[in-house]
Amino acid sequence: MPDGIGSQQEVPGQARDAASPVIEARALDLTFETNDGPVHALRDVNLTINAGDFVSFIGPSGCGKTTFLRVMAGLETPTAGEITVNGMTPDEARRARAYGYVFQAAGLYPWRTIARNIQLPLEIMGLSKSERQERTDRVLSLVDLEGFGGKYPWQLSGGMQQRASIARALAFDAEILLMDEPFGALDEIVRDKLNEELLDLWARTDKTIAFVTHSIPEAVFLSTRIVVMSPRPGRITDVIESPLPKERPLDIRDSREFIEIAHRVRDGLRAGHDG
Amino acid sequence: MTDAPIAAPGAGIGATGRALRRITGAAAPILTIVAGIIALWYIAVVPMNMHAAASQAERDGIPVAPDTAIARQELTGTSLALRNTGIIPQTFNQDRPRLPSPHQVAAELWDTIALKRVTSKRSLVYHGWVTVSATLLGFAIGTGLGILLAVGIVYSRAMDLSIMPWAIASQTVPILAVAPMVIVMLGAIGIQGLFPKAMIAAYLSFFPVVVGMVKGLRSPDAMQLDLLRTYSASRLQEFLKLRLPASAPYLFASLKIGIAASLVGTIVGELPTGARAGLGARMLVGDQFGQPLVAWAALFAAAIAAALLVGALALIERATLRRMGIAPA
Ligand SMILES: Nc1ncnc2c1ncn2[C@@H]1O[C@H](COP(=O)(O)OP(=O)(O)OP(=O)(O)O)[C@@H](O)[C@H]1O
Ligand SMILES: [Mg+2]
Repeated sequence: MPDGIGSQQEVPGQARDAASPVIEARALDLTFETNDGPVHALRDVNLTINAGDFVSFIGPSGCGKTTFLRVMAGLETPTAGEITVNGMTPDEARRARAYGYVFQAAGLYPWRTIARNIQLPLEIMGLSKSERQERTDRVLSLVDLEGFGGKYPWQLSGGMQQRASIARALAFDAEILLMDEPFGALDEIVRDKLNEELLDLWARTDKTIAFVTHSIPEAVFLSTRIVVMSPRPGRITDVIESPLPKERPLDIRDSREFIEIAHRVRDGLRAGHDG
Repeated sequence: MTDAPIAAPGAGIGATGRALRRITGAAAPILTIVAGIIALWYIAVVPMNMHAAASQAERDGIPVAPDTAIARQELTGTSLALRNTGIIPQTFNQDRPRLPSPHQVAAELWDTIALKRVTSKRSLVYHGWVTVSATLLGFAIGTGLGILLAVGIVYSRAMDLSIMPWAIASQTVPILAVAPMVIVMLGAIGIQGLFPKAMIAAYLSFFPVVVGMVKGLRSPDAMQLDLLRTYSASRLQEFLKLRLPASAPYLFASLKIGIAASLVGTIVGELPTGARAGLGARMLVGDQFGQPLVAWAALFAAAIAAALLVGALALIERATLRRMGIAPA
C-alpha cells in the first residue's frame, strides 16, 4: 500500500459529505531522540477525521498508535508536518478543552475516591458542586459503577478502575474523545457491554471518537473507519470505510459484511508485518 | 494492603482486637531485646565501678586483694572483680559511679520526673519542656522552610541547580562546631533563650524535609501529569490537586527524621551556653559536677522525649493518610 493513502481515500460520497473535518493531519512525522539513537515513531501520516466519526486505530505494538493520539492531544509535538484540531493547533484545542483523553492505564489518583476522581476535571473547569455531583452520578451509572463512588481506587478491580477512568473522561464531556485501548484490561463480556454502551453514547451525543485497540472485532464493531498502521516507522497502511449501519446490535458480528471487513483489517495487518 | 485503612461498619471490634494482638505480638521481641540490653549493661557496670568499690571496701575495713589502690591500678576492672567476687554487689550501688546501673538510673528518672514538682529546677519534666518547646519551634521553622525550598526547587530550574548543593553542604558542617558560634553570635545581638536553640533545631530539621518533599512533589508519574494537561489545568491546580497530595507520604517520613534531628539540635544548642535549663544543660551539669546519675537521667529523658515526638507524628501520619484514603505502608 502506498503511504498517505488516507488522504486520498477520505470522505467518499456518503452521507457524511456535509461533515466538517475535526482533526486534519498532513504529512506528520515524529522522531523521538533517545539515548540509543532516534526512534522514528510516525512517518508521513495523513488523516482527516470528520465530526461524528468513530475512527479506530489498529496495528502491532509499538507502531505509534499512542504517539499519534498524543499528537492529536497536543501532548507530543510532531517533528514535521501539520495537524489541526477544530481548525486550531492541538495546543490551542487542549486549552479550549476540546477533548477528553482516556489513557492506556486507568491513572486514578489514589487519594481520591472514585467519585472525587471523576470530579477532578470538573473541579478544574470550575463547575459548581451540585453540577459536579449531578454529572458524577450520571457517568457512574453510564459505566455501571453506581454505588462505588465512595470507594478508593485500590478497592476496585483493574477493570472497574478502567471504567472509572472512562467515566472521568465522559464527565469532562468534550466534543472529541481520544481513547487509548480503554477496554484492553477487561474481560470479553464486560468489553462487549461497554462496546455497546460506547456506541450508544456516541450515537446519542455525536461525539467524535478516536479509539486505539488491538482487537479486530472491536475495531470493526465500533468504527465508521478503521485505520491500519504498520511499525518502524509507524505509518498508515490502510483506511477502511465501514459499510455497517450506525445501528449495530452485537450479533452484527456474525454478518457477512462484518466478517469481510475483519478479513480486510487482518490482511492489512499482515501486510504491515511482512513489509 | 494487609490491614484495611477504611474501617468497614462493624469492623471496630475486630480492628481493636487486631491492633491489640499486633501490639502484644510486637512487644515480645522488643522486650527480649530490652532485657538483653539491661543484662549487658549490668555486666558492664562491674568492671567500670570495680576500682571505686574496692577502695570503698578497703576504707570500710573489708579485706581486698591486692590491698593498695596503686597495686589495684595495675589491674583491669575485670581481673580485679574476679579476685574480689565478694565486693561485686557494691559496684551496682555506688554514689558516684563511673557507669550507673540501670536501677539507679530508673530510680533517678522516677524521682525527677514523677516525684518533683514540675516547676522545680530539679524536675526533668521542667527541663524536658524547656528542650521540647525549643525543639517544636525549631521543627516548625525548619519544616516550613524545608517545604518552601522544596516547592521552589521543583518549580524553578534555577533554584534546583543553586539550592540543592548548598543544602547538602550545610549538612556537612559539624553542628557541634557551629552551634556555639550561633548561640554566641545571637547572644551578642541580644537574642537569648528559646530562639537560638530553635535556630539550630531548624537548621538540622529542614534538610530531611527538603529532600523528602522534593521527592514527594516529583513522585506523580508522567501520565498523572499528562491527565491534568489534557484538562488544561493551571500550575497552581497541578500543585494543589496532584503534587501536594502525592507528596504526603514522603513528607511524613521526612518529618519523623526531622523532629528527631530537631531534638538533637536543641540539646546541642543547650550544651555550650552555660544554660541552666534544658536536658542538654542537665547532661553538662551532671558531667561537670560529677553527678553521672543526673547526666544519665537527662540522656534517657531525651530518648523518651524523642520517642514521644516521633510517636505523635506517626499517629498524625496514620490518621492523615487514612483520611486521604492512602493505605499506610
Ligand atoms: N517518550 C518517548 N521517548 C522515546 N521513544 C518513545 C516515546 N514514546 C514512544 N516511543 C517509541 O515510539 C514507538 C511508538 O510507541 P507507541 O507508544 O506510540 O506505540 P503503540 O502503537 O501505542 O504501542 P502499544 O500497542 O504497545 O501501546 C515505540 O517504538 C516506542 O518505543
Ligand atoms: Mg499504546
